[in-house]
Amino acid sequence: MEAHSSEVFVIGLTVFFLACIIGYYVVWSVTPALHSPLMGVTNAISSVIIVGAILAAGPIGHDISKIFGIIGLVLASINIFGGFIVTYRMLSMFKKKPKKEKKD
Amino acid sequence: MSANMVAVLYLLSALLFIFALRGLSHPESSRLGNIFGIVGMVIAIITTLMFKSVLSYAEIGAAIIIGGAIGTFIALRIEMTALPQLVAAFHSLVGIAAVFVAAAAFYDPASFGIGNFGSIGTSSLVEMSIGTFIGAITFSGSILAFGKLQGTVSGKPIVFKFQHTINALILLFIVALIVMFVINQSPTIFWSIVIVSIILGFLVVIPIGGADMPVVVSMLNSYSGWAACGIGFTLSNNLLIITGALVGASGAILSYIMSKGMNRSIISVVLGGFGGEQAASSSSDNSDKVVKQGNAEDAAYIMKNADSVIIVPGYGMAVAQAQHALREMGDILKKEGINVRYAIHPVAGRMPGHMNVLLAEANVPYEEVLELDEINHDFPMTEVSFVIGANDVTNPAAKTDETSPIYGMPILDVEKSQTVLFVKRSMATGYSGVDNELFYRDNTTMLFGDAKKMCEDIVKSLG
Repeated sequence: MEAHSSEVFVIGLTVFFLACIIGYYVVWSVTPALHSPLMGVTNAISSVIIVGAILAAGPIGHDISKIFGIIGLVLASINIFGGFIVTYRMLSMFKKKPKKEKKD
Repeated sequence: MSANMVAVLYLLSALLFIFALRGLSHPESSRLGNIFGIVGMVIAIITTLMFKSVLSYAEIGAAIIIGGAIGTFIALRIEMTALPQLVAAFHSLVGIAAVFVAAAAFYDPASFGIGNFGSIGTSSLVEMSIGTFIGAITFSGSILAFGKLQGTVSGKPIVFKFQHTINALILLFIVALIVMFVINQSPTIFWSIVIVSIILGFLVVIPIGGADMPVVVSMLNSYSGWAACGIGFTLSNNLLIITGALVGASGAILSYIMSKGMNRSIISVVLGGFGGEQAASSSSDNSDKVVKQGNAEDAAYIMKNADSVIIVPGYGMAVAQAQHALREMGDILKKEGINVRYAIHPVAGRMPGHMNVLLAEANVPYEEVLELDEINHDFPMTEVSFVIGANDVTNPAAKTDETSPIYGMPILDVEKSQTVLFVKRSMATGYSGVDNELFYRDNTTMLFGDAKKMCEDIVKSLG
């Protein structure tokens, strides 16, 4: 079974280069003040690799690939939750504050 | 769920990720962007859970809950000053997760539709090994970066003889291993690739230290994206390929911006070894020069009588946790009708945008925080520059002294303002190991002491 034909690869490559170009323009439009949140959010979304971990952990049974999948799941989940939450924390600091300060 | 439906949902998820990054173009739209990112991730996970082959929901649910709880706990507790370490640690997790997913695909290719154990297609094997290789490098490189930032490992660059030759040989060895792996699909060789890549990851980050850390952190950010891409190719999953490419591009651009902020090529940062030994520059005979010292009252007096003050924060401010005291000082000055602004050098701190986050944490409005290009021409019209915890990024030698290791680096022109107040713990040099001639100028007053304590004292004197 040669499911992974060269055709599939070429489609992947097309997607890859187009995504790189989108990434290039989108990231240059990010304001420098938000470069730390940018790292936080990219860290969170790069854990979309969890998709692969779910597929590995999916089948019933206890073979080694399932164990790898579950480990991958835990690690990727740490990142997803951690990445989005820390980004949220950073971004809420950039919220416009009401002009009046508490103490005078 | 049909394959087409899956493809459409994955596409939706990828688009949401793009919008998540797009939202960061302005602080006001950024929080919505983060929500897009979360929704995209939820869609990706639920879609995958609907696959026919995915049945063990209990284990998957438990794993996500455990991981999610750990991640939430860490993210809620972390101090904003420790962000660079946290990000480095997270990158290492992406890297090792990629290795585990690749290993799972290797042992059970049927679950991923790429053949059977021992008879995986050649292109899948190549993609798998590249994903593994990048993932493993990201893992060990990030662990070491974490150690350096946290201070558990010396932050000094470690250089030894034949470093680059050794790295090049290891890289060739890995290529040879990948070729062998593609030919015989042996588990031993798969794990050899993992181990040797882990070693290479350590060796790549070892020679980089100090002020180069922002570049390393961005670079590892980029690697974690390419690792996801490699896995995406292995699984023929467009969502992983798109997301990986976005993250990879983002990290690469940040690395580029950071190295430009130091006037160095990415290559030279990667090769490393900057700032280890005392740089042999012409400034070594500064020992007999005198510096003008001042105290908090002097600083308060000088600033109170100024019309405009530009504050230049650096990593030292983060270390001393001085951002809140600093903001308080700024507030008092503003009440006196003084124009107070903050100038951020691209490489200030230990990760891109680090200073902006710390100032935002201390409630400094982001309109008052300006980038180098935006504010540099204002220094000549400014009465007081208040440098706190920064050093190399203000060193005029970068413009004049061709022998200086930091020559050509864009700097904040604080020396053009009428008075420079320089908060510093001691006369030690910055991370580049270069003496700063600014200390000896007539218009410079040194304020020796802890950055936080100094700001608090100034606040007292002002009040």
